[in-house]
Amino acid sequence: MEFKNLKLSKKTTFVIWVLIIAFIIAAPSILPVFRLNLLGRYLSLAIVALGVDLIWGFTGLLSLGQGIFFALGGYCAAMYLQITSSSEFPNNIPEFFGLYGVDNLPFFWEPFRSPIFSLFAIWVIPALVAGILGFLVFRNRIKGVYFSILTQAALLVFFNFFNGQQKLINGTNGLKTDVTQLFGQMVGSESIQRMFFWFTALLVIAAWFFSKWVVKGRFGNILIGIRDDEPRVRFTGYNPVLFKTIIFSIAGGLAGISGALYTVQSGIVSPQFMTVPFSIEMVIWVAVGGRGTLLGAILGAVFINYAKSLVSEALPASWMFIQGGLFILVVTALPEGVLGWVQGEGPRNLLQRLGLKRKIETYPSLEIKNETEVLKNE
Amino acid sequence: MLLDSLFNGVAIGSVLLVSALGLAIVFGLMGVINLAHGELMMLGAYTTYVTQLIFKLPLLKPYYNGYVIVSIFFAFIVSGVVGILLEKTVIRKLYGSPLETLLATWGVSLILQQFVRSVPLAYGTGLVISLIIGLFLPSVFSSKVKESINFKYLKFSSWIFAVLAGVLSGNLISSSVSKLSRASARNVDVTAPAWMRGQIEILGTAFPKTRLMIIIITLISVIAITLFLNQSAWGMRIRAVTQNREMSDCLGISTEKVDVLTFGIGSGLAGVAGVAVSLLGSVGPNVGGNYIVGCFMVVVLGGVGNLLGTIFASFGIGIMTDLIGAGRLLSIWPDMPLPLFNTINFFATTSMARVMIFALIVIFLQFKPTGLFPQKGRMVES
Repeated sequence: MEFKNLKLSKKTTFVIWVLIIAFIIAAPSILPVFRLNLLGRYLSLAIVALGVDLIWGFTGLLSLGQGIFFALGGYCAAMYLQITSSSEFPNNIPEFFGLYGVDNLPFFWEPFRSPIFSLFAIWVIPALVAGILGFLVFRNRIKGVYFSILTQAALLVFFNFFNGQQKLINGTNGLKTDVTQLFGQMVGSESIQRMFFWFTALLVIAAWFFSKWVVKGRFGNILIGIRDDEPRVRFTGYNPVLFKTIIFSIAGGLAGISGALYTVQSGIVSPQFMTVPFSIEMVIWVAVGGRGTLLGAILGAVFINYAKSLVSEALPASWMFIQGGLFILVVTALPEGVLGWVQGEGPRNLLQRLGLKRKIETYPSLEIKNETEVLKNE
Repeated sequence: MLLDSLFNGVAIGSVLLVSALGLAIVFGLMGVINLAHGELMMLGAYTTYVTQLIFKLPLLKPYYNGYVIVSIFFAFIVSGVVGILLEKTVIRKLYGSPLETLLATWGVSLILQQFVRSVPLAYGTGLVISLIIGLFLPSVFSSKVKESINFKYLKFSSWIFAVLAGVLSGNLISSSVSKLSRASARNVDVTAPAWMRGQIEILGTAFPKTRLMIIIITLISVIAITLFLNQSAWGMRIRAVTQNREMSDCLGISTEKVDVLTFGIGSGLAGVAGVAVSLLGSVGPNVGGNYIVGCFMVVVLGGVGNLLGTIFASFGIGIMTDLIGAGRLLSIWPDMPLPLFNTINFFATTSMARVMIFALIVIFLQFKPTGLFPQKGRMVES
C-alpha cells in the first residue's frame, strides 16, 4: 500500500493485512446471515469495479456496458447449476423449459454439463465478447464519448435479447440458482453460502493483486499513455487498438467472474443485471472511490452498496436523491474520488484552509494554464 | 402496403427525431452529453398532463380542445428553464470534459425522477413557476431601472417575489385540482382531445391522427430550429461560438449567454418531444429512459453537429425498425430463401428489431466511423 503523502511502513501494512484476513475468517461468525450475504455480494461487485477502474481509470475508456459481461458470467454459472440439478425434471432438462413446451435442450446449453468447461466459460466467454466488441469499436478509432454511447447501446441490445428469449434462457424471469444443488447441497444453504463468502473475499484480493500487476511496468505505462495522449502513443510506434482490446477483455473477464459470484450469492440471474442504471452505478463506485487507484474501486463498491442498503432500509425514497447528489458532488468537487483526494494534496489543503497547518511557500507557479486551456478547446 | 410501411417508419422516425433534435444541439454544438435529456422529456410529458388537468377547470373548460397546443409552449418553457438552471449550476463547471458531464447529468436525471415520484405535481409546478419568475424577472426591467438601483437588490427582491408566487400558485393548483395534490409514483395518462382521436384516410390508408400530430410537431420544431440557427442574430452567435470559441469571445460575443441559450433551447426541445411522447402512451417517471439510448444512436449515426444527419438518421432508423420489427420484409418479398426467411422471422419483434438495428449501426460505423455526414477537417483527433 503506497500513499503519496501518508506512507505506511512495512509493519503497519502487515498489521492491516492481518486485520483484513482475520475479519474475513471471522465474518461468518460475527455477522448475521443476512448481512454476511450482503457483504459477500458487495465484495463480488468489487471485482467488476476493479475491471472498470482498469479500463476507465487507467486507459480512459468509459464503458457503460460492463453489465453485459457481468450478466454473461452470471448466466454461465446459473446454466451450469441448473443443468447439473435437472435430473429430477422431465427430459433431464431444467424445469422452466417445460413451461414453454421445449423438449430438447438448446445446443449451447450442452457444454455446460461439464464443470470444467463452465468454470472457464465464466470468465472466457465475457472476455471473448468484450474482445470482439472492443476490437470492432477500437479498430475505427471510435473513442471517448462515442465509445460510451456505443457500449450503452450494446447493453440495451443484450438486455432486449436476453429479455425476449423465453425458450432459450427463460427470458425476463431469469435463472434461479438458490434451489439448485452443488456438492450435494442446496446452493442457497448457509454452509455453501459461507464457502462462497470466503471464496469471494479470496478472489477480490487475488483480482486486486492481478490488477496491480497488470498496470505495473510497460503495459501499464502504455495504458496510461493511451489515456493521456493516444495519438502520441500511436506515433511512438505502439498500436493502441491491441492494448485497448486486451485491457477491455480483461475487464470483461473480471466482470464475468464478479457476475458469477454475485449470482450464486443472490440466488438469481436475470436480464435486470443488464439494465442501464446498474452499469452506470459501477462507474460511480469507481468515481467515488477514486479512479486509477484500484483500492478505491474496491472500497467504493463495498461502501456505496452498503450505504445504499442501509439508507434504503431506513428511508426508501431518499436513496435516489442521495445517489444523484453524490454523482454531481463527486464530479464537480472531487474529480479524483475520495481515495485520490486522500492520496493527493487534499488533506493538506483542507488543513491549510482551516488554518491548522502553515502554508508551504513554494516558487510561484509557471503560468502554463492558458496554453493548456486553448489546446483543450480545440 | 409500401405506403403503410413508409408512414409507420416516418411516424417512429419523427418521434426519434423530435427527441434527438435537442440532444443533437446540446451534444453537437456544446459537446455536452446530457443523460438527463430523457428526464427533461419526462418533464415535458408531465407538463402536458398538468396542463390538461388545469384546462378541465370550469374557467378554462371552453378552451379544453386547445390544450395540446398550449402545452407545447408550456413544455418548452418548463424544460428549458430546468435546463438553464442545470447549465448555471452544474454543466458550466464541466465544459471540455464530456465524460464528466455524462456522469453529472446522470445524477441529475436520478434526482429529477425521484422528484416527480415524491413531490406532488402541484408543488412541482409551483417550483417551476418560481424558477421562471426568478430567472427572467430581472431581465424584464429596462436598463434605466437597472442602473438606478443596485442590480443585486433587484435580483434578490425578484427571487423573493418568485418564491411567493410559486408557493401561492402551488397551493392554488393543489386546492383546485385534487389529482395533483398528492405525490404518486404511478403512471398517468394524457387523453388526446376529441379532434385528435380517431383516424384519417389518405390515399386509401388509415392513419391515426395522433401520429400525424407528432409528425407535424416534429416538422415545425425542425423548421423553427433551422430558421433560428441560420437566420437570427443569436443563431449566428451560437454557430460562431461552436466554430471558434476564443475568436468569438474576442469579437465581443458573450459566450456565457450563448451557452445558456443553447442549452436552454436544447432542453426546451426535449420538453416539446415530451408532449409528443405523452400522446403515445402513459407517462411515468421512467418514460425518458426508454428514448435516451435511441436518441444517442441517432446522433452518433447522423454525425455530430449536423441537423441534416440527425434527420436522415432518425428516419432511417424509424423505417428500418418498422421493416424489420413488423416483419414487413416478409410480406414485401414473400418467396425469399428459407435461411434468410428464418433469420428475419427471428428478428420480427420490436425488441429483436432493436438488436438488429444496433448490429447494422455497428457495421455501418465500420465503414463510416464519424457518421453519415461527418465534419470535415484534417485533425489527428477526430
